[in-house]
Amino acid sequence: MNSIPSRSLLSIEGMTKSDIEEILDLTDTFDEIGRRPIPKVPALRGRTVATVFFENSTRTRLSFETAARRLSADTMSFGAGSSSLSKGESIRDTVEVIEAYGADVLVVRHPAAGIAQRIDNWTDALVVNAGDGCHEHPTQALLDAYTLRKHKGSLNGLRIAIVGDIRHSRVARSDVLAFTMLGAEVVLVAPPTLLPPSLEGWPVTISYDLDEVLPTLDVCYLLRMQNERISEGLIPSVREYTADYGLNIKRAATLPKDALICHPGPTNRGIEIEAAVASDPRSVILDQVSNGVSIRMAVLFLLLGSGRNLGATSELEGGQ
Amino acid sequence: MVEKERVQTPPKGGVFVAHARVLDAEDIKRAIQRMAHEIVERNHGLDNVVLIGLQTGGVMVAEMLTEALSKISGTSPPQGTLDVALHRDDIGMRPVIPEAVTDISVDLDGATIVIADDVLFTGRTIRAALDALCDFGRPKEIQLAVMVDRGHRELPIRPDYVGKNLPTRISEIVDVSPEGVDLGTVEK
Repeated sequence: MNSIPSRSLLSIEGMTKSDIEEILDLTDTFDEIGRRPIPKVPALRGRTVATVFFENSTRTRLSFETAARRLSADTMSFGAGSSSLSKGESIRDTVEVIEAYGADVLVVRHPAAGIAQRIDNWTDALVVNAGDGCHEHPTQALLDAYTLRKHKGSLNGLRIAIVGDIRHSRVARSDVLAFTMLGAEVVLVAPPTLLPPSLEGWPVTISYDLDEVLPTLDVCYLLRMQNERISEGLIPSVREYTADYGLNIKRAATLPKDALICHPGPTNRGIEIEAAVASDPRSVILDQVSNGVSIRMAVLFLLLGSGRNLGATSELEGGQ
Repeated sequence: MVEKERVQTPPKGGVFVAHARVLDAEDIKRAIQRMAHEIVERNHGLDNVVLIGLQTGGVMVAEMLTEALSKISGTSPPQGTLDVALHRDDIGMRPVIPEAVTDISVDLDGATIVIADDVLFTGRTIRAALDALCDFGRPKEIQLAVMVDRGHRELPIRPDYVGKNLPTRISEIVDVSPEGVDLGTVEK
Protein backbone atom coordinates (compact mmCIF):
# COMPACT_ATOMS: atom_id res chain seq x y z
CA MET A 1 0.00 0.00 0.00
CA ASN A 2 1.62 3.22 -1.10
CA SER A 3 -0.93 6.01 -1.27
CA ILE A 4 -2.77 5.29 1.98
CA PRO A 5 -2.85 5.26 5.02
CA SER A 6 0.79 6.04 5.57
CA ARG A 7 -0.86 9.39 6.14
CA SER A 8 -4.46 10.33 6.59
CA LEU A 9 -7.49 8.71 4.96
CA LEU A 10 -9.25 11.57 3.22
CA SER A 11 -10.88 10.12 0.10
CA ILE A 12 -11.30 7.07 -2.08
CA GLU A 13 -10.02 9.21 -4.94
CA GLY A 14 -6.29 8.68 -5.05
CA MET A 15 -6.46 5.16 -3.68
CA THR A 16 -5.63 2.19 -5.88
CA LYS A 17 -7.49 -1.07 -6.29
CA SER A 18 -4.82 -2.89 -4.32
CA ASP A 19 -5.00 -0.33 -1.48
CA ILE A 20 -8.72 -1.03 -1.17
CA GLU A 21 -8.30 -4.78 -1.47
CA GLU A 22 -5.65 -4.79 1.22
CA ILE A 23 -7.97 -2.98 3.63
CA LEU A 24 -10.84 -5.36 2.80
CA ASP A 25 -8.59 -8.41 3.32
CA LEU A 26 -7.37 -7.08 6.64
CA THR A 27 -10.95 -6.38 7.73
CA ASP A 28 -11.65 -10.14 7.95
CA THR A 29 -9.22 -10.25 10.88
CA PHE A 30 -11.02 -7.46 12.71
CA ASP A 31 -14.42 -8.92 11.90
CA GLU A 32 -13.36 -12.12 13.70
CA ILE A 33 -12.40 -10.12 16.79
CA GLY A 34 -15.94 -8.73 16.92
CA ARG A 35 -17.27 -12.30 17.24
CA ARG A 36 -15.03 -13.25 20.19
CA PRO A 37 -16.42 -13.69 23.73
CA ILE A 38 -14.33 -10.63 24.68
CA PRO A 39 -14.25 -8.55 21.48
CA LYS A 40 -11.18 -6.53 22.33
CA VAL A 41 -7.45 -6.60 21.53
CA PRO A 42 -4.69 -4.51 23.13
CA ALA A 43 -3.27 -3.34 19.78
CA LEU A 44 -3.72 0.44 20.24
CA ARG A 45 -3.26 0.82 23.98
CA GLY A 46 -2.12 4.33 24.85
CA ARG A 47 -3.34 5.84 21.58
CA THR A 48 -6.19 8.32 21.43
CA VAL A 49 -8.84 8.62 18.74
CA ALA A 50 -10.91 11.82 18.73
CA THR A 51 -14.22 12.03 16.90
CA VAL A 52 -14.65 15.62 15.79
CA PHE A 53 -18.14 16.04 14.40
CA PHE A 54 -19.37 19.41 13.18
CA GLU A 55 -22.50 17.68 11.88
CA ASN A 56 -24.89 15.19 13.49
CA SER A 57 -24.37 11.48 13.16
CA THR A 58 -25.42 8.34 14.99
CA ARG A 59 -23.79 5.38 13.32
CA THR A 60 -20.58 6.80 11.95
CA ARG A 61 -19.58 8.27 15.26
CA LEU A 62 -20.61 5.25 17.36
CA SER A 63 -18.96 2.99 14.85
CA PHE A 64 -15.60 4.78 15.02
CA GLU A 65 -15.74 4.96 18.81
CA THR A 66 -16.62 1.25 19.08
CA ALA A 67 -13.80 0.40 16.68
CA ALA A 68 -11.32 2.46 18.69
CA ARG A 69 -12.38 0.83 21.98
CA ARG A 70 -12.15 -2.68 20.54
CA LEU A 71 -8.54 -1.85 19.73
CA SER A 72 -8.05 -0.54 23.32
CA ALA A 73 -7.48 3.04 22.16
CA ASP A 74 -8.84 5.87 24.28
CA THR A 75 -11.57 7.98 22.73
CA MET A 76 -12.35 11.65 22.90
CA SER A 77 -15.51 13.13 21.55
CA PHE A 78 -16.25 16.57 20.18
CA GLY A 79 -19.70 17.68 19.08
CA ALA A 80 -20.24 21.08 17.52
CA GLY A 81 -23.54 21.65 19.31
CA SER A 82 -22.10 21.54 22.81
CA SER A 83 -18.77 23.25 22.08
CA SER A 84 -17.21 26.68 22.17
CA LEU A 85 -17.82 27.01 18.42
CA SER A 86 -21.01 28.79 19.44
CA LYS A 87 -18.80 31.29 21.30
CA GLY A 88 -16.99 32.00 18.06
CA GLU A 89 -13.99 29.69 18.37
CA SER A 90 -12.62 28.81 14.93
CA ILE A 91 -12.30 25.29 13.53
CA ARG A 92 -8.55 25.65 13.51
CA ASP A 93 -8.40 26.62 17.18
CA THR A 94 -10.76 23.78 18.02
CA VAL A 95 -8.54 21.29 16.21
CA GLU A 96 -5.43 22.60 17.95
CA VAL A 97 -7.09 22.21 21.33
CA ILE A 98 -8.08 18.62 20.58
CA GLU A 99 -4.56 17.85 19.40
CA ALA A 100 -3.16 19.40 22.58
CA TYR A 101 -5.18 16.89 24.59
CA GLY A 102 -3.16 14.17 22.90
CA ALA A 103 -5.30 12.90 20.02
CA ASP A 104 -3.36 10.71 17.57
CA VAL A 105 -6.20 10.48 15.06
CA LEU A 106 -8.97 12.97 14.33
CA VAL A 107 -12.08 11.46 12.81
CA VAL A 108 -13.69 14.48 11.16
CA ARG A 109 -17.14 15.19 9.84
CA HIS A 110 -18.11 18.63 8.56
CA PRO A 111 -20.83 19.98 6.23
CA ALA A 112 -18.27 21.68 3.95
CA ALA A 113 -16.41 19.76 1.24
CA GLY A 114 -12.65 19.72 1.64
CA ILE A 115 -12.51 20.50 5.37
CA ALA A 116 -10.91 17.16 6.22
CA GLN A 117 -8.04 18.03 3.86
CA ARG A 118 -7.66 21.48 5.42
CA ILE A 119 -7.61 20.05 8.94
CA ASP A 120 -5.02 17.52 7.80
CA ASN A 121 -2.80 20.41 6.71
CA TRP A 122 -3.16 22.09 10.11
CA THR A 123 -2.43 19.16 12.37
CA ASP A 124 0.29 16.60 13.00
CA ALA A 125 -2.36 14.09 14.04
CA LEU A 126 -3.69 11.73 11.38
CA VAL A 127 -7.08 12.58 9.90
CA VAL A 128 -9.86 10.25 8.82
CA ASN A 129 -12.57 11.88 6.75
CA ALA A 130 -15.94 10.73 8.11
CA GLY A 131 -17.88 12.80 5.59
CA ASP A 132 -17.14 16.28 4.27
CA GLY A 133 -20.15 17.98 2.70
CA CYS A 134 -21.00 16.58 -0.74
CA HIS A 135 -17.42 15.44 -1.30
CA GLU A 136 -16.52 12.02 0.11
CA HIS A 137 -17.15 9.50 2.88
CA PRO A 138 -14.40 6.96 2.28
CA THR A 139 -15.00 4.55 5.18
CA GLN A 140 -18.66 4.22 4.13
CA ALA A 141 -17.53 3.12 0.65
CA LEU A 142 -15.06 0.67 2.18
CA LEU A 143 -17.69 -0.89 4.43
CA ASP A 144 -20.13 -1.06 1.53
CA ALA A 145 -17.56 -2.80 -0.65
CA TYR A 146 -16.73 -5.15 2.22
CA THR A 147 -20.42 -6.00 2.74
CA LEU A 148 -20.93 -6.71 -0.97
CA ARG A 149 -17.77 -8.80 -1.16
CA LYS A 150 -18.82 -10.84 1.87
CA HIS A 151 -22.18 -11.66 0.32
CA LYS A 152 -21.15 -11.98 -3.32
CA GLY A 153 -17.54 -13.12 -3.09
CA SER A 154 -16.32 -10.31 -5.30
CA LEU A 155 -17.51 -7.03 -6.78
CA ASN A 156 -16.12 -7.92 -10.17
CA GLY A 157 -18.91 -7.93 -12.75
CA LEU A 158 -21.69 -6.95 -10.32
CA ARG A 159 -24.33 -4.57 -11.64
CA ILE A 160 -25.08 -2.01 -8.93
CA ALA A 161 -27.71 0.74 -9.02
CA ILE A 162 -27.31 3.74 -6.72
CA VAL A 163 -30.74 5.30 -6.37
CA GLY A 164 -31.65 8.76 -5.09
CA ASP A 165 -30.04 12.07 -4.37
CA ILE A 166 -26.72 11.48 -6.09
CA ARG A 167 -26.09 15.19 -6.43
CA HIS A 168 -25.72 15.87 -2.71
CA SER A 169 -24.39 12.48 -1.70
CA ARG A 170 -20.82 12.00 -0.54
CA VAL A 171 -21.68 8.33 -0.10
CA ALA A 172 -22.57 8.02 -3.80
CA ARG A 173 -19.34 9.70 -4.82
CA SER A 174 -17.12 7.48 -2.71
CA ASP A 175 -19.13 4.37 -3.61
CA VAL A 176 -18.94 4.98 -7.35
CA LEU A 177 -15.17 5.30 -7.15
CA ALA A 178 -14.71 2.23 -4.96
CA PHE A 179 -17.25 -0.03 -6.69
CA THR A 180 -15.99 0.69 -10.19
CA MET A 181 -12.37 0.33 -9.13
CA LEU A 182 -13.22 -3.16 -7.86
CA GLY A 183 -14.75 -4.07 -11.22
CA ALA A 184 -18.47 -3.42 -10.70
CA GLU A 185 -20.74 -1.72 -13.22
CA VAL A 186 -22.61 1.21 -11.66
CA VAL A 187 -25.85 2.75 -12.86
CA LEU A 188 -27.11 5.93 -11.22
CA VAL A 189 -30.90 6.13 -10.95
CA ALA A 190 -32.43 9.51 -10.11
CA PRO A 191 -34.58 12.33 -11.46
CA PRO A 192 -32.39 14.69 -13.56
CA THR A 193 -32.53 17.39 -10.87
CA LEU A 194 -30.85 15.08 -8.34
CA LEU A 195 -27.92 14.17 -10.59
CA PRO A 196 -24.69 16.18 -10.47
CA PRO A 197 -24.54 19.02 -13.04
CA SER A 198 -21.73 17.22 -14.84
CA LEU A 199 -21.03 13.52 -14.89
CA GLU A 200 -17.99 13.86 -17.09
CA GLY A 201 -15.37 11.38 -16.07
CA TRP A 202 -17.72 9.34 -13.87
CA PRO A 203 -17.46 5.71 -15.02
CA VAL A 204 -21.23 5.19 -14.77
CA THR A 205 -24.41 4.96 -16.79
CA ILE A 206 -27.58 6.91 -16.03
CA SER A 207 -31.21 5.90 -15.84
CA TYR A 208 -34.34 7.85 -14.91
CA ASP A 209 -36.45 4.71 -14.69
CA LEU A 210 -36.08 2.52 -11.61
CA ASP A 211 -38.63 -0.07 -12.80
CA GLU A 212 -36.65 -0.72 -15.96
CA VAL A 213 -33.36 -1.17 -14.06
CA LEU A 214 -34.47 -3.31 -11.10
CA PRO A 215 -34.72 -6.74 -12.82
CA THR A 216 -31.14 -6.39 -14.14
CA LEU A 217 -29.46 -5.71 -10.80
CA ASP A 218 -27.20 -7.57 -8.40
CA VAL A 219 -27.35 -4.74 -5.88
CA CYS A 220 -29.88 -1.97 -5.30
CA TYR A 221 -28.26 0.76 -3.20
CA LEU A 222 -30.77 3.34 -1.91
CA LEU A 223 -29.76 6.78 -0.68
CA ARG A 224 -31.58 8.83 1.94
CA MET A 225 -34.00 11.43 0.56
CA GLN A 226 -33.54 14.62 2.52
CA ASN A 227 -36.57 16.78 3.17
CA GLU A 228 -34.66 19.97 2.39
CA ARG A 229 -34.57 18.96 -1.29
CA ILE A 230 -38.26 19.82 -1.56
CA SER A 231 -37.84 23.34 -0.25
CA GLU A 232 -34.98 23.72 -2.73
CA GLY A 233 -37.45 22.83 -5.49
CA LEU A 234 -35.45 19.85 -6.74
CA ILE A 235 -38.35 17.44 -6.39
CA PRO A 236 -42.03 18.38 -6.53
CA SER A 237 -43.04 16.39 -3.44
CA VAL A 238 -41.93 13.48 -1.32
CA ARG A 239 -44.97 11.50 -2.48
CA GLU A 240 -44.02 11.93 -6.09
CA TYR A 241 -40.42 10.91 -5.38
CA THR A 242 -41.62 7.81 -3.51
CA ALA A 243 -44.00 6.94 -6.34
CA ASP A 244 -41.19 7.05 -8.90
CA TYR A 245 -38.08 6.03 -6.96
CA GLY A 246 -39.16 4.47 -3.65
CA LEU A 247 -38.42 0.76 -3.24
CA ASN A 248 -41.77 -0.71 -2.27
CA ILE A 249 -42.81 -4.37 -2.00
CA LYS A 250 -44.14 -4.44 -5.55
CA ARG A 251 -40.87 -3.13 -6.98
CA ALA A 252 -38.75 -5.32 -4.72
CA ALA A 253 -40.54 -8.33 -6.21
CA THR A 254 -38.99 -7.51 -9.61
CA LEU A 255 -35.48 -7.47 -8.11
CA PRO A 256 -33.69 -10.82 -8.67
CA LYS A 257 -33.89 -13.31 -5.79
CA ASP A 258 -30.16 -13.21 -5.05
CA ALA A 259 -29.85 -9.42 -5.30
CA LEU A 260 -28.94 -7.31 -2.28
CA ILE A 261 -30.61 -4.18 -0.90
CA CYS A 262 -28.30 -1.62 0.74
CA HIS A 263 -28.79 1.72 2.45
CA PRO A 264 -26.18 3.83 4.25
CA GLY A 265 -28.69 4.94 6.90
CA PRO A 266 -30.45 6.60 8.44
CA THR A 267 -33.40 5.26 6.45
CA ASN A 268 -36.57 7.23 5.85
CA ARG A 269 -38.98 4.31 5.99
CA GLY A 270 -41.92 4.96 3.74
CA ILE A 271 -39.98 7.40 1.53
CA GLU A 272 -37.02 5.81 -0.30
CA ILE A 273 -37.69 2.39 1.18
CA GLU A 274 -40.94 0.81 2.34
CA ALA A 275 -40.69 -0.50 5.94
CA ALA A 276 -41.34 -4.10 4.89
CA VAL A 277 -38.56 -3.94 2.27
CA ALA A 278 -35.99 -2.88 4.87
CA SER A 279 -36.56 -6.22 6.61
CA ASP A 280 -36.60 -8.24 3.34
CA PRO A 281 -34.16 -11.18 3.53
CA ARG A 282 -32.20 -9.54 0.70
CA SER A 283 -31.65 -6.41 2.78
CA VAL A 284 -28.11 -6.18 4.21
CA ILE A 285 -28.64 -2.80 5.88
CA LEU A 286 -27.81 -4.07 9.39
CA ASP A 287 -24.79 -5.97 8.06
CA GLN A 288 -23.52 -2.66 6.73
CA VAL A 289 -23.73 -1.26 10.24
CA SER A 290 -21.81 -4.11 11.89
CA ASN A 291 -19.25 -4.27 9.08
CA GLY A 292 -18.70 -0.56 9.62
CA VAL A 293 -17.04 -1.30 12.96
CA SER A 294 -14.73 -3.92 11.43
CA ILE A 295 -13.69 -1.64 8.54
CA ARG A 296 -12.96 1.23 10.92
CA MET A 297 -10.88 -1.05 13.15
CA ALA A 298 -8.83 -1.98 10.09
CA VAL A 299 -8.40 1.68 9.10
CA LEU A 300 -7.45 2.82 12.61
CA PHE A 301 -5.00 -0.05 12.98
CA LEU A 302 -3.41 0.67 9.61
CA LEU A 303 -2.99 4.31 10.58
CA LEU A 304 -1.72 3.86 14.13
CA GLY A 305 -0.58 0.32 14.72
CA SER A 306 0.71 -1.25 11.55
CA GLY A 307 3.89 0.80 11.48
CA ARG A 308 3.10 2.01 7.97
CA ASN A 309 3.50 5.57 9.13
CA LEU A 310 6.93 4.81 10.54
CA GLY A 311 8.20 5.44 7.05
CA ALA A 312 10.44 3.20 5.01
CA THR A 313 13.05 2.92 7.75
CA SER A 314 12.33 -0.55 9.04
CA GLU A 315 11.64 -3.83 7.36
CA LEU A 316 10.11 -6.57 9.48
CA GLU A 317 12.71 -7.89 11.86
CA GLY A 318 12.90 -10.59 14.48
CA GLY A 319 9.66 -12.28 15.31
CA GLN A 320 10.54 -15.95 15.75
CA MET B 1 21.29 -25.24 -0.25
CA VAL B 2 17.77 -23.93 -0.05
CA GLU B 3 17.01 -20.34 -0.93
CA LYS B 4 13.53 -18.94 -0.60
CA GLU B 5 11.79 -15.65 -0.28
CA ARG B 6 10.43 -14.94 3.18
CA VAL B 7 6.82 -14.06 2.63
CA GLN B 8 4.89 -16.21 5.08
CA THR B 9 6.93 -16.06 8.27
CA PRO B 10 8.95 -13.26 9.84
CA PRO B 11 11.42 -11.80 9.24
CA LYS B 12 10.15 -10.72 5.85
CA GLY B 13 11.60 -8.57 3.19
CA GLY B 14 14.55 -10.74 2.31
CA VAL B 15 15.66 -14.02 0.87
CA PHE B 16 16.43 -16.83 3.28
CA VAL B 17 19.72 -18.54 2.50
CA ALA B 18 20.19 -21.87 4.24
CA HIS B 19 23.65 -22.77 5.52
CA ALA B 20 22.91 -26.09 7.15
CA ARG B 21 20.09 -28.62 7.16
CA VAL B 22 19.41 -29.53 10.75
CA LEU B 23 16.48 -31.94 10.35
CA ASP B 24 15.25 -33.60 7.17
CA ALA B 25 11.65 -34.58 6.42
CA GLU B 26 12.04 -37.99 8.08
CA ASP B 27 13.56 -36.43 11.21
CA ILE B 28 10.59 -34.07 11.43
CA LYS B 29 8.15 -36.96 11.17
CA ARG B 30 9.94 -38.82 13.95
CA ALA B 31 10.03 -35.71 16.15
CA ILE B 32 6.30 -35.13 15.61
CA GLN B 33 5.61 -38.77 16.42
CA ARG B 34 7.56 -38.53 19.68
CA MET B 35 5.94 -35.24 20.70
CA ALA B 36 2.48 -36.71 20.00
CA HIS B 37 3.25 -39.64 22.31
CA GLU B 38 4.48 -37.24 24.98
CA ILE B 39 1.26 -35.22 24.73
CA VAL B 40 -0.86 -38.36 25.21
CA GLU B 41 1.34 -39.58 28.07
CA ARG B 42 1.40 -36.27 29.94
CA ASN B 43 -2.37 -35.72 29.65
CA HIS B 44 -3.39 -39.38 30.18
CA GLY B 45 -5.12 -39.40 26.80
CA LEU B 46 -6.62 -36.57 24.82
CA ASP B 47 -9.68 -35.64 26.89
CA ASN B 48 -10.24 -31.88 26.68
CA VAL B 49 -7.01 -31.42 24.71
CA VAL B 50 -7.21 -28.66 22.08
CA LEU B 51 -4.39 -27.88 19.66
CA ILE B 52 -3.86 -24.24 18.71
CA GLY B 53 -1.44 -23.51 15.86
CA LEU B 54 0.10 -20.03 15.77
CA GLN B 55 -0.09 -18.25 12.41
CA THR B 56 1.68 -18.80 10.26
CA GLY B 57 4.48 -21.30 10.96
CA GLY B 58 2.77 -23.07 13.84
CA VAL B 59 -0.27 -24.11 11.84
CA MET B 60 1.71 -26.76 9.96
CA VAL B 61 3.12 -28.11 13.23
CA ALA B 62 -0.38 -28.28 14.73
CA GLU B 63 -1.68 -30.12 11.69
CA MET B 64 1.15 -32.67 11.77
CA LEU B 65 0.62 -33.22 15.51
CA THR B 66 -3.13 -33.66 15.03
CA GLU B 67 -2.53 -36.28 12.36
CA ALA B 68 -0.05 -38.15 14.56
CA LEU B 69 -2.36 -37.93 17.60
CA SER B 70 -5.32 -39.31 15.70
CA LYS B 71 -3.21 -42.30 14.56
CA ILE B 72 -2.13 -42.97 18.15
CA SER B 73 -5.46 -42.56 19.88
CA GLY B 74 -8.02 -43.06 17.14
CA THR B 75 -9.63 -39.65 17.69
CA SER B 76 -8.31 -36.30 16.56
CA PRO B 77 -8.38 -33.47 19.08
CA PRO B 78 -10.13 -30.20 18.14
CA GLN B 79 -7.81 -27.74 16.41
CA GLY B 80 -7.74 -23.98 16.02
CA THR B 81 -5.45 -21.31 14.63
CA LEU B 82 -4.44 -18.04 16.27
CA ASP B 83 -2.85 -14.90 14.84
CA VAL B 84 -1.15 -13.04 17.69
CA ALA B 85 -0.20 -9.88 15.77
CA LEU B 86 -2.70 -7.63 17.56
CA HIS B 87 -1.43 -8.80 20.96
CA ARG B 88 2.27 -8.22 20.23
CA ASP B 89 4.29 -5.91 22.48
CA ASP B 90 6.14 -4.21 19.61
CA ILE B 91 3.15 -2.64 17.82
CA GLY B 92 4.14 0.88 16.84
CA MET B 93 7.84 0.02 17.10
CA ARG B 94 8.11 -1.98 13.89
CA PRO B 95 5.65 -2.90 11.12
CA VAL B 96 3.11 -5.38 12.47
CA ILE B 97 0.27 -6.68 10.36
CA PRO B 98 -2.06 -9.64 10.97
CA GLU B 99 -1.39 -12.40 8.43
CA ALA B 100 -4.43 -14.60 8.78
CA VAL B 101 -7.84 -14.71 10.38
CA THR B 102 -7.94 -16.41 13.78
CA ASP B 103 -10.17 -19.47 13.83
CA ILE B 104 -11.09 -20.81 17.26
CA SER B 105 -14.57 -22.30 17.19
CA VAL B 106 -14.11 -24.66 20.15
CA ASP B 107 -14.93 -23.62 23.73
CA LEU B 108 -11.69 -23.12 25.66
CA ASP B 109 -13.23 -23.06 29.17
CA GLY B 110 -11.68 -25.96 31.06
CA ALA B 111 -9.66 -27.15 28.04
CA THR B 112 -6.05 -28.30 28.06
CA ILE B 113 -4.56 -26.21 25.29
CA VAL B 114 -1.42 -27.26 23.46
CA ILE B 115 0.00 -24.24 21.62
CA ALA B 116 1.98 -25.36 18.57
CA ASP B 117 4.64 -23.19 16.94
CA ASP B 118 7.55 -23.77 14.61
CA VAL B 119 10.35 -21.91 16.40
CA LEU B 120 10.64 -20.78 20.03
CA PHE B 121 13.02 -17.81 20.25
CA THR B 122 12.51 -14.78 22.53
CA GLY B 123 9.19 -16.06 23.88
CA ARG B 124 7.39 -12.85 22.97
CA THR B 125 5.08 -14.53 20.46
CA ILE B 126 4.07 -17.06 23.13
CA ARG B 127 3.40 -14.29 25.64
CA ALA B 128 1.11 -12.65 23.09
CA ALA B 129 -0.59 -16.00 22.45
CA LEU B 130 -1.22 -16.59 26.18
CA ASP B 131 -2.74 -13.13 26.40
CA ALA B 132 -4.94 -13.68 23.34
CA LEU B 133 -6.13 -17.15 24.38
CA CYS B 134 -7.38 -15.91 27.73
CA ASP B 135 -9.88 -13.70 25.87
CA PHE B 136 -11.52 -16.87 24.54
CA GLY B 137 -12.15 -18.52 27.88
CA ARG B 138 -10.44 -19.91 30.96
CA PRO B 139 -8.44 -23.01 29.97
CA LYS B 140 -7.51 -25.52 32.67
CA GLU B 141 -3.94 -25.64 31.44
CA ILE B 142 -1.82 -24.33 28.58
CA GLN B 143 1.14 -26.31 27.27
CA LEU B 144 3.62 -25.47 24.52
CA ALA B 145 4.92 -27.65 21.68
CA VAL B 146 7.60 -26.32 19.31
CA MET B 147 9.50 -27.93 16.48
CA VAL B 148 12.70 -26.02 17.32
CA ASP B 149 13.83 -24.31 20.53
CA ARG B 150 16.62 -22.01 19.44
CA GLY B 151 17.30 -20.33 22.80
CA HIS B 152 17.74 -16.59 23.50
CA ARG B 153 14.64 -16.32 25.70
CA GLU B 154 13.71 -12.83 26.88
CA LEU B 155 10.75 -13.90 29.02
CA PRO B 156 10.19 -16.66 31.62
CA ILE B 157 8.63 -19.07 29.12
CA ARG B 158 9.64 -22.69 28.46
CA PRO B 159 8.33 -25.37 26.12
CA ASP B 160 6.71 -28.64 27.22
CA TYR B 161 7.38 -30.56 24.01
CA VAL B 162 10.42 -29.89 21.80
CA GLY B 163 11.25 -31.37 18.40
CA LYS B 164 14.86 -30.23 18.48
CA ASN B 165 16.97 -28.09 20.81
CA LEU B 166 19.13 -26.03 18.49
CA PRO B 167 21.80 -23.63 19.79
CA THR B 168 21.92 -20.62 17.47
CA ARG B 169 23.54 -17.25 17.06
CA ILE B 170 21.05 -14.41 17.57
CA SER B 171 21.64 -13.19 14.00
CA GLU B 172 20.77 -16.56 12.47
CA ILE B 173 17.34 -17.58 11.19
CA VAL B 174 15.68 -20.96 11.62
CA ASP B 175 13.38 -21.99 8.78
CA VAL B 176 10.88 -24.81 9.30
CA SER B 177 8.98 -26.46 6.45
CA PRO B 178 7.64 -29.98 5.82
CA GLU B 179 10.85 -30.69 3.85
CA GLY B 180 13.13 -29.90 6.76
CA VAL B 181 14.58 -27.51 9.28
CA ASP B 182 17.33 -25.22 7.99
CA LEU B 183 19.67 -22.85 9.77
CA GLY B 184 20.68 -19.82 7.74
CA THR B 185 20.52 -16.07 7.34
CA VAL B 186 18.26 -13.62 5.55
CA GLU B 187 19.96 -11.64 2.82
CA LYS B 188 18.35 -8.32 1.94
